[in-house]
Amino acid sequence: MKTIKEINEKIKKGEAVVVTAEEVIDLVAKKGTKKASEEVDVVTTGTFGPMCSSGAYFNIGHSKPRIKIGAGTCKLNEVPCYTGFAAVDIYLGATAIPDDDPRNKIYPGEFKYGGSHVIHDLVSGKNVHLEASAYGTDCYPRKKLSTSINLKDMNEAVLFNIRNCYQNYNVAVNLSDKPIYTYMGMLKPNLGNANYCSAGQLSPLLKDPYYKTIGVGTKIFLGGGIGYVAWQGTQHNPTVKRKENGIPQAPAGTLAVIGDLKQMKQEWLIGCSMLGYGVTLIVGIGIPIPVLSEEILKYTAAKDEDIYAQVVDYSEAYPQVVPGSICEVNYAQLKSGKITVKGKDVPTGSLSSYSKAREIAEQLKSWIEKGDFDLTEAVAALPGAESGYSFKPLKESPSISQE
Amino acid sequence: MVSKKKIVLHFPPRLVDQPIVYKLVKDFDLQFNILKASITPEEEGLMVLELSGKKENYDSGVQYLESCGIKIQPLSRDVVRNEEKCTHCGACVPVCPTGALFVEEGSRKIIFKNDKCIACELCVKVCPPRAMEVHF
Repeated sequence: MKTIKEINEKIKKGEAVVVTAEEVIDLVAKKGTKKASEEVDVVTTGTFGPMCSSGAYFNIGHSKPRIKIGAGTCKLNEVPCYTGFAAVDIYLGATAIPDDDPRNKIYPGEFKYGGSHVIHDLVSGKNVHLEASAYGTDCYPRKKLSTSINLKDMNEAVLFNIRNCYQNYNVAVNLSDKPIYTYMGMLKPNLGNANYCSAGQLSPLLKDPYYKTIGVGTKIFLGGGIGYVAWQGTQHNPTVKRKENGIPQAPAGTLAVIGDLKQMKQEWLIGCSMLGYGVTLIVGIGIPIPVLSEEILKYTAAKDEDIYAQVVDYSEAYPQVVPGSICEVNYAQLKSGKITVKGKDVPTGSLSSYSKAREIAEQLKSWIEKGDFDLTEAVAALPGAESGYSFKPLKESPSISQE
Repeated sequence: MVSKKKIVLHFPPRLVDQPIVYKLVKDFDLQFNILKASITPEEEGLMVLELSGKKENYDSGVQYLESCGIKIQPLSRDVVRNEEKCTHCGACVPVCPTGALFVEEGSRKIIFKNDKCIACELCVKVCPPRAMEVHF
């Protein structure tokens, strides 16, 4: 048994033993969990995939004369921001697109530029164009603002993603006879392909399935810089079915994460376009798992073949919210390039980059080894498998007018 | 005068079992080199040919192909990967009909073998960071 304090002492002295979530698998195979848990202090994880519920808030500074953008309009490179705050605070969502984007009018829409691309451009140091309008008040008389703006000149620029880092995800297929365009990519008809989106054995929450170390306040690698877990993510659903090893068999836990955008790197926050679906942000996240016990180490050593995901039809079952799945496959099968669904060999495609996830785990490892990154104690636990906390569908009912 | 060109042939399903290329040789005295072929019964066939011969034979051969209902596209476009933009996710892998895009064992990086690419451009729009570019 170790404590985070003891591990931090070792990090400070440059003596901490850090391995990635891949390396720990081989280590356990060679030495067993007991010996490995005595040797290893930290296991680093990583993931790099599209995460739609992402965005950033900015305080752009006050113009002269002052303008109250709050409750007015604001666009960055034509992409609308949310303005329902005070005078010069705005929030830009990753999936927002310009008003004149043709969307799916020409199907499937291309969605070439949106909020995620603006975030990438800002992090790349590019100037973006800000256009704002306001109704004018006695204390904020100005009604129009049109200026070029750069990340370095803003007061605050904070990435605040309300749902990232899904613990496991569906494998998407198409049982219909037409191609479909989804957030899981293009799905060819009649089981033409199967797309998945998880780093599997490298993915943070799959290596700490019961959130024994990852909680509110955990310091993480976020977009190439440092961030923190702010809360459980939206749609956090820890009570789904789990295998004997504790790993959820379906999308389960999620994280809300936050960090200073100014210290992040352009290669770890990439704007992307899902054909016929929309714009989203590819986010790089790495989370260190302190090896506080043999049990925690055992969880970090789960392999791709131990992690199962559900194969779901996105032509009918997903849009119509039909429960259940076609079958279940593991990540070793997914990574072999083909899986068998309904007796048919189906080629697989990944939306999450495994090689980049590995780079993130390695980068985080080197930060910790060099003493540049220490570990934090969680200040509150995430709702766990036994918490009863779950993800509910919307109950629709007619609105009653209040008179 | 000799013509030598690389062309892409799109066969409708009804022609997939016809000996089209044989006719090009026998009736039009053309030389061919099949660079890629993906033909399955009852589905559209796709073939990339380097076709050469006397100009008049070449032209009437191409005319013959078109009269059969084959769509011909010159292989003048080239699909290039913007290495800075590629995130090596692999969304392109199952849509590539020739296996020009595949996952490398071990590194799990996505390899693009340009010489296997038939410039069908299916990868271009399904690439989330739009790293696949068409160069003319």
